[in-house]
Amino acid sequence: MIHSLFLVNASGDIFLEKHWKSVVSRSVCDYFFEALERATEPENVPPVIPTPHHFLINVLRHRIYFVAVIQSEVPPLFVIEFLHRVVDTFQDYFGVCSEAAIKDNVVVVYELLEEMLDNGFPLATESNILKELIKPPTILRTVVNTITGSTNVGEQLPTGQLSVVPWRRTGVKYTNNEAYFDVVEEIDAIIDKSGSTITAEIQGVIDACVKLTGMPDLTLSFMNPRLLDDVSFHPCVRFKRWEAERILSFIPPDGNFRLLSYHVSSQNLVAIPVYVKHNISFREGSSQGRFELTLGPKQTMGKAVESVLVSSQLPRGVLNANLSPSQGTYTFDPVTKLLSWDVGKINPQKLPSLKGSVSLQTGASKPDENPTINIQFKIQQLAISGLKVNRLDMYGEKYKPFKGIKYMTKAGKFQVRT
Amino acid sequence: MLNHCFLCRNEDLKEMLESSKESLKLEAMKRIVGLIAKGKNASELFPAVVKNVASKNIELKKLVYVYLVRYAEEQQDLALLSISTFQRALKDPNQLIRASALRVLSSIRVPIIVPIMMLSIKEASTDLSPYVRKTAAHAIQKLYSLDPDQKEHLIEVIEKLLKDKSTLVAGSVVMAFEEVCPDRIDLIHKNYRKLCNLLVDVEEWGQVVIIHMLTRYARTQFVSPWREDAVFDENSEKAFYDSEEERRVEQSKPYIMDPDHRLLLRNTKPLLQSRNTAVVMAVSQLYWHLAPTHELSIITKSLVRLLRSHREVQYIVLQNIATMSIQRKGMFEPFMKSFYVRSTDATHIKTLKLEILTNLANEANISTILREFQTYVKSQDKAFAAATIQAIGRCATNISEVTDTCLNGLVLLLSNRDETVVAESVVVIKKLLQTQPSQHSDIIKHMAKLFDNITVSMARASILWLMGEYCEHVPKIAPDVLRKMAKTFTSEEDIVKLQTVNLAAKLYLTNSKQTKLLTQYILNLGKYDQSYDIRDRTRFIRQLIVPNEKSGALSKYARRILMAPKPAPVLQSAFKDRDRFQLGTLSHSLNSQANGYLELSDWPAVAPDQSVRIVEVAGAPVFGKSKPGKSDEKFYSDSEEEEEEEEEGSSSEDSSSSSSEESESESESEENSDDSNKSSSSQSDSEKKKKTLKNKKLQQQKPDSKDRTKFFLMHIVLSFSNQFVASCRCSLLCLYVFLVCQFDTISWDVRVSLQASSPVFVPETSRELLHRMTGKGLSAQYRFTRQPCIYGNSMVSLQLTLSNSSDQALENIHISEKSSTGQNIHRFNAIERLEPQASVTVSMGVDFNDSTQAANFQLCTKEDEFSVSIQPAVGELLLPITMSEADFTKEQIYNKITKTLKLNLNEIPCGLSVWLANDRLGTGNLFKNNNLLKCYKYLNI
Repeated sequence: MIHSLFLVNASGDIFLEKHWKSVVSRSVCDYFFEALERATEPENVPPVIPTPHHFLINVLRHRIYFVAVIQSEVPPLFVIEFLHRVVDTFQDYFGVCSEAAIKDNVVVVYELLEEMLDNGFPLATESNILKELIKPPTILRTVVNTITGSTNVGEQLPTGQLSVVPWRRTGVKYTNNEAYFDVVEEIDAIIDKSGSTITAEIQGVIDACVKLTGMPDLTLSFMNPRLLDDVSFHPCVRFKRWEAERILSFIPPDGNFRLLSYHVSSQNLVAIPVYVKHNISFREGSSQGRFELTLGPKQTMGKAVESVLVSSQLPRGVLNANLSPSQGTYTFDPVTKLLSWDVGKINPQKLPSLKGSVSLQTGASKPDENPTINIQFKIQQLAISGLKVNRLDMYGEKYKPFKGIKYMTKAGKFQVRT
Repeated sequence: MLNHCFLCRNEDLKEMLESSKESLKLEAMKRIVGLIAKGKNASELFPAVVKNVASKNIELKKLVYVYLVRYAEEQQDLALLSISTFQRALKDPNQLIRASALRVLSSIRVPIIVPIMMLSIKEASTDLSPYVRKTAAHAIQKLYSLDPDQKEHLIEVIEKLLKDKSTLVAGSVVMAFEEVCPDRIDLIHKNYRKLCNLLVDVEEWGQVVIIHMLTRYARTQFVSPWREDAVFDENSEKAFYDSEEERRVEQSKPYIMDPDHRLLLRNTKPLLQSRNTAVVMAVSQLYWHLAPTHELSIITKSLVRLLRSHREVQYIVLQNIATMSIQRKGMFEPFMKSFYVRSTDATHIKTLKLEILTNLANEANISTILREFQTYVKSQDKAFAAATIQAIGRCATNISEVTDTCLNGLVLLLSNRDETVVAESVVVIKKLLQTQPSQHSDIIKHMAKLFDNITVSMARASILWLMGEYCEHVPKIAPDVLRKMAKTFTSEEDIVKLQTVNLAAKLYLTNSKQTKLLTQYILNLGKYDQSYDIRDRTRFIRQLIVPNEKSGALSKYARRILMAPKPAPVLQSAFKDRDRFQLGTLSHSLNSQANGYLELSDWPAVAPDQSVRIVEVAGAPVFGKSKPGKSDEKFYSDSEEEEEEEEEGSSSEDSSSSSSEESESESESEENSDDSNKSSSSQSDSEKKKKTLKNKKLQQQKPDSKDRTKFFLMHIVLSFSNQFVASCRCSLLCLYVFLVCQFDTISWDVRVSLQASSPVFVPETSRELLHRMTGKGLSAQYRFTRQPCIYGNSMVSLQLTLSNSSDQALENIHISEKSSTGQNIHRFNAIERLEPQASVTVSMGVDFNDSTQAANFQLCTKEDEFSVSIQPAVGELLLPITMSEADFTKEQIYNKITKTLKLNLNEIPCGLSVWLANDRLGTGNLFKNNNLLKCYKYLNI
């Protein structure tokens, strides 16, 4: 399966390598670098690159390429999924997954990779199990270790490995027992020139942070479970119970985890919370173009639209932009031609706008296409699909936990064509 | 200087490792691991590090393990020092320590310790801790890659571990099974139901491996759930039937699904909800390859859900959806909008989405799709815009209602500012015009006007081809274009030059008065061109069109050859032939067979005995004392073999079908178990089937062998295509094979029941193997007899003529035992004595392994040894068969080869000349076969 792993940073240097079978020379990455050079954008590197003797499967996260070397047939998603799991684990351990963090913790990284993969086949990828084997580095622990001489490495086989609930370790103890659930929904939409919706979908996740003592058994039910069209679960959720009663019943892992991700059925009309009025025009022969944008709230159920960020890739012929925002700040990068406008909160009484002119290269012809506008926003305390959690119950333990549920709506891939 | 520094540092690391303080050692090891991570060489510290392998500090120990695994291969002798520590650790009461000792022991890749590894694996496979057993399963693969000779012993361990009931072990042992002995499907039978039932609880990575293995297994064990008529013609309404109606539909037809088949489908379905994308993909491909057509629709949503995941996941999932959407549009049509392109998508994602949208287009949704495409054409990403134009072209040919709309739209694009867009439009318009040229002479004129401004060679070539092909529609413009081309001929690209020659030839035939001189001028230019393709084409065209005394018969046909009506090209998806690979595999993703790819077999026509999967409840093998169970099995399998020998003799894949006696007795014993209610009906059914099966076997096993023939032929053709694509020179050869196929004289490897016919022509000339000068008087000549070899099916028979031209008798002429290359050679009996001037003819067989690699061997006399080699031509490796044209089309070889040809489309510069030069074909037959006409389009003449 996975032969070797190389980590490559944005400037194209290999800064970490790990081999699970015989050593594969790092020159195999030359094929990857070739592909990197050919690609116009970092995202355009093909995920699977064949070379004469190996196959390179790479993922790009946090501006680091994780390049896995494969020698024979294996489902490519298997490798891709695993690499993403590695990144998630690093993030879990070090807070951020950056080149500096990995270099600082190279020993822990090596120990982790050693535990996660044996002979190229995944061994332990569950974060709860890994944390029992290798304790995450914290300042306190480092100090304690240097004084007492104890180590970061567990001496016993993690209990999870053998139990029927491998995701949860035994003997968890908290003084404050709490369980928080965040319902986060994202709207993906494409809006056309005239403001009508071409496609819109709602995807949601329920992220949980559970800090409960012992072996609690939780059930979570919804007011309107029919909304959920397609769901995928954390392995802890009992599928049969969901099928029969539409109730989420599970023994939660300890700490942060994603309980559920779902897709809201496409029959429901999707409320679009913002609208954009735009007037972007370039005239033939003239080196100036007009640029006007106005944002406004729409169907927000009375909630405020916050953290609005507008970005747009202007045509290559644009030299500079001279704009004035009514609120927030804007930047224009003349090299990448990326315009971004940090709007902040939309005030319904005084709609934010960005007006002015853009200068074009003299002599260049008028761009064919007007740029698309990408919008990001957040709406607190609202699940735009209308999904509501009915109740959360705990069985199996005696204490009373503190429970909390938070709703949020965000823009996913929200694009306006102009 | 730098080097010096490095050495110094290593010195102090050595000191730290040799100190008595634990913390210093640990610090040193951490720094060494840092060095390894950076790819720096730290091998010289090996002796210092290996001493610490027995350390009490577990972190230190682990880091030493990391180091050992990295460097033991390079320092085998020193690595042996650590072995005893591991052996001790293997007996440790702590299971984690036992497991990690086995892990390292099996990872250090030192061949000397293979026996120790084997022993440890055997021991660990009966360990009480499932975690240690899991590690043992991983160690199996490691040992196998270190020493493949251990295969037999390892299979025993795999067999034992497959019976393990722990979910922890299941994934790992199936992985080992797939690596070591994927063809031993008989090991799975007894564990099939257990694996299906455990599947949900296995860890996610194991699930992926097990699902892939079970897919392969199911394809060999169950009959096809796809009704003949429903395979490609799909009724979209079916997808919406609820389960009750489904059942009724199922009952009404004779096909009844094997309960085990159903069990697999039922138990994998919940996994579609997994958070692991690889698991979802694995289940999807399982449904795609195994589920009845009307149940397929449940995978759609899950696949579309994966599109929300990371970019790389999207890429793979879209590729698979593209392949699926060709065969079943209905599956993804309701989700069409999920494939709309966003400007922020990566280019390869955009192209894939475009591909899928094009596949989904039909009369109902085409207007929506075209509107969407209009936005894409204007995209700033020009490569993507060009791909969109191609997609529009495909929509236009597939859906005749919109052809005109598309054509008009494309003509508008001709005045686009971007050159790639214009060029792509020209190429696509050319293809579209071929469907209805007469109505569009004004478009051709318009393109002629644009000609001067277009610099992309493919577009220029396309316009020239259009001019030539339809010169009768534009009689005034075409000669003028030719005039312009004559001026710039030398500075054009090859592809444009070829089309110029073509245009000249066609104009010469239709309008020789105006263009005779121009044509001759261009042909003269072509004659001295640097590219041999162009010289070759020029020579061919000149012979064909300019009448002279030598050309004779051919030039009469010149007009018919060049101006023959050509069928319009079929614009089809690049994913069209990807379904030959199992979905979700690396091979599918790359569209070429990866190392270790396991082919998915076709459904068997008759299901093999299903009772092999029944596990006897009483004698269920209990873990740890599996002996009685094993001996039982042996008993069964023995009788099985005997029966088989009686019944069929040569079957290889039927090893799974067991004797009917066994199944009967087992079904009796099984009657009381809980399963019997469900399966009783199907069992009686299967017994009926068994009877027919037996009959058939007794008769002659006809359908089976036919199936196999098909498989074989395809296999041969495919293996050809792979080789041929590699080199463009071979494309000619490929065309040759295609044409020879057309005339039914192709020869195949006849391991199958097809009768080999006697060859039409056997050359009498022999080739030299050994010259008498180099052979010190012994000379040898060989020739291919083109007869089936009597020494073995896969061998090619050769006739060797040995003669003695010296003045002394030669003694003991033979072929040496050692052969330098891998070929299997059947030697002739040693010739004891060969008198001077005498000669003797002997025959021998060589297995060339279906390759044209030369066979090298030693020809020996009593005194000397001479190295000789025989290189066969491709044709000599094949045997001729006779088959009717109808049979032939049925075998669909034509289709396979056409595909190959298409792959080589751009690499066939002068194929026709070869074809004409081939004297095995009578020219008179040229137009006998309609299929031949189709090859025009590939030749672009």
